[in-house]
Amino acid sequence: MSGVGIDAPGSTQLFIGNEAIARGALEAGIGVASAYPGTPSTEIMASLISVAKEMNFYAEWSVNEKVAMEVAAGASFAGIRAITSMKQNGVNVAFDFLANLVMSGIGAGLVLVSCDDPSTISSSNEQDLRNIAKWLDIPLLEPATFQEAKDMTKWAFDLAEELNTICMIRSVTRIAHARGNVRLGELPKKEQKAHFDSICPVVPTLPKFISYPSAWLHSQLHAKLDKARELFESSPFNWYTGPEEAELLIITGGSCWLYSLEAVKALKLENKVGILKLGTIWPLPRKLIELHLGKSQKILMVEEIDPFLEGSIKELVADLPPATPRPTFYGKHSGHINAYGELNPDLVIEVIASIMNLTYESRPAEYSKKAEEIPFTYMPPRIMTFCSGCPHRATFWAIKNALRLDGRDGFVTGDIGCYTLAIGPAGFFQMRTMYCMGAGAGVANGLGKLGQFGFNQPVLAVCGDSTFFHAAIPALINGIYNKSNFTLVILDNNATAMTGFQPHPGTGVTGMGEITTAVDMEALCHSLGVQVEVCDPFDLENSTATLLKAIAQDGGPRVVIMRRECELVRGRRDKKPPYKVHVDPDKCLGEACGCDRLCTRIFGCPGLVWDSESGKATIDETICTGCGVCTDICPQGAIIREAV
Amino acid sequence: MKTLAKDPLNLIIAGVGGQGNVMISLLIGKAFIKEGYFVTIGETYGASQRSGSVMSHLRISRENQYSPFIPNGRADIILGMEPVETLRILQQFGNSDVITIANSRLIHAAGMEYPSLDKIVAAIEGLSAKSWLINATDEAMKLGDPIFANMILIGALVGSGIFPIDKKSMELVLRESFPGEKFDTNMVAFNKGMELVAQ
Ligand code: SF4
Ligand code: SF4
Repeated sequence: MSGVGIDAPGSTQLFIGNEAIARGALEAGIGVASAYPGTPSTEIMASLISVAKEMNFYAEWSVNEKVAMEVAAGASFAGIRAITSMKQNGVNVAFDFLANLVMSGIGAGLVLVSCDDPSTISSSNEQDLRNIAKWLDIPLLEPATFQEAKDMTKWAFDLAEELNTICMIRSVTRIAHARGNVRLGELPKKEQKAHFDSICPVVPTLPKFISYPSAWLHSQLHAKLDKARELFESSPFNWYTGPEEAELLIITGGSCWLYSLEAVKALKLENKVGILKLGTIWPLPRKLIELHLGKSQKILMVEEIDPFLEGSIKELVADLPPATPRPTFYGKHSGHINAYGELNPDLVIEVIASIMNLTYESRPAEYSKKAEEIPFTYMPPRIMTFCSGCPHRATFWAIKNALRLDGRDGFVTGDIGCYTLAIGPAGFFQMRTMYCMGAGAGVANGLGKLGQFGFNQPVLAVCGDSTFFHAAIPALINGIYNKSNFTLVILDNNATAMTGFQPHPGTGVTGMGEITTAVDMEALCHSLGVQVEVCDPFDLENSTATLLKAIAQDGGPRVVIMRRECELVRGRRDKKPPYKVHVDPDKCLGEACGCDRLCTRIFGCPGLVWDSESGKATIDETICTGCGVCTDICPQGAIIREAV
Repeated sequence: MKTLAKDPLNLIIAGVGGQGNVMISLLIGKAFIKEGYFVTIGETYGASQRSGSVMSHLRISRENQYSPFIPNGRADIILGMEPVETLRILQQFGNSDVITIANSRLIHAAGMEYPSLDKIVAAIEGLSAKSWLINATDEAMKLGDPIFANMILIGALVGSGIFPIDKKSMELVLRESFPGEKFDTNMVAFNKGMELVAQ
């Protein structure tokens, strides 16, 4: 067994946080794992699914996060420990079920791991999931290190069983995707047996797994939370380091703990500044916090996104006896830390230095001056773009041309996936709206009903193949039912590419590698009574013509499927390019050509390079994947492709 | 047990998405784990396959786990897989003691003008206490695949002697990471890298 399943208790591994979480679930003896991929949470499930068969448990990529959470709950109800993992947006999708689930109890340990993405490094929005735990009364743990990510996950299953409620682990990108030391524990070796027992122990005439009568269950939930608070008072995941009386007390948790430690060290304040590190984030261990509040007259809350600790601790202070001295609070409300974006050691150093009236120099001023003198033109920015040979580049080229030929100021509504890059130069700025999964199709429904207000701009909604199954089908059905006028373009690259090429219901394989029924998206669309065309995006001429025809139609929605495998998947499998491509320097007119560098400046595949010495285009053979599409965009026919 | 010249030791690997940053940082990190260090690696994900600027921060300590961010101006070693990215990292994280090893082969950013390589190299040298610029990509192409540039750079890092990991420990990690023949070709690349900085 390799990876997260390695049976080597006591050994130290270099795991990313997501692997550490997966390992914790294995050490807890899970029987079921379910997830929908989403950065930065994906590798939790990816690493679990890679060992599921060998380790004799069940794992799946579910169609979306709501179903994933229901799958895990089903297993828990029948006495099997289960984990579900998702990114912050995924929790929104699952929210309705989650908000009902907390009303009832659970069966075996049930854990939701949710990954926030402060600074939205790969997300369509920024939000702080700690609020959901508080809102829905869910016990929440947050790891500060890779070791804690494993240990907390393992413990969360025991905790869930002891409290009889779902527990949450909150991770963030800098835990999920960073790598560090993890010392392994034992893997349990016992057999598990599933049995569904639905008799409610309190009211035998009622089923156990229902969210009714809610008010009474809600009061039960509050009692569970009080018990959690009691347990958290003595949790080994909370501790204090620093002097008995501190000039400044930092209260922090999660990824921010390491930043705080480093900042205090960099400023040499170990003897003046104390740090209370919290791992049990909701409910907060009230007595423990009160005990430490007395250590200093100045309290700084170091946390990312919302003032969650800050607000919750201030609530707690408001309940203290009136005679207790009130400390001064520093944090988001005082303007010392932003209530958005992620933190890092530099930002925390800056905040502490300003409160303590210190100056900090990261390097000699002379060096900084020299570094800043380097002209900006020496380091041209790299704008994120589609991979070389990506089918999406060709698709958006065709969309752009079709919309221009149509001439009615049509536009694209979209959502999240590799194709989101079409909001920028990679996709020729074609995507004009971008929100959550499936939102392109949903928003198009509204736009497509505005004819009575004189609206005649064509609306083209795009979604990926995995997104189609996840969230766009209800929007398409709504459009058919309500006769909304739009074209749905499904970018079918046969994978959930952005998160690492996971299979989905249309691919015909399960996450565990079993062959299964491939849900046929054309047949599905046909059965809904909608017209479907399929194109190969690399055939620019046919794609443009097909799109133009679809756009020109009126009435209810029509579907165009742009079908071409993700280039990275193809490249990894085929190991060789379909074409050998080069630029004929005699045909390329360079600066003299009227195209104004159409190939490198506009089309922008990274395989195409402008050689400033010769003043002509060339191909970088280490980058070009030989798709051959650029041959069809050069007006001079100077880009030559030869089949390999 | 070997100690570090500086604790934590901060290494940044700079490159372009798709070049293999993650692989390099993982191999080096594993070598340190074997020797009982705390290792933290921070990666820029998301852009990793899509031609953006990427960097990995490696932090090595005998004492404790560090965060995945090296503070500004606090890099000790920079391993550059591409010259422009190397310079970008030096500008933000360099200091008067920083040592640089970099691939001199440019990867053009789509649609951008570049100054001459000489100017970029001069700027890199000007900001480094010591530096090696090697054409790892061309050497890798001679071995049949530009991806070997990564192994050449790891070889150069070990060969430069600025690094508390020797050839034997690195070889152990490579043997575990690459099966059979793949190990041999990677070792050829690794040795080439050692050779390039020895000259
Ligand atoms: S991963 Fe695949 S779909 Fe995504 S940009 Fe690259 S080639 Fe395109
Ligand atoms: S053939 Fe042209 S478009 Fe295709 S990968 Fe190569 S340079 Fe890019």
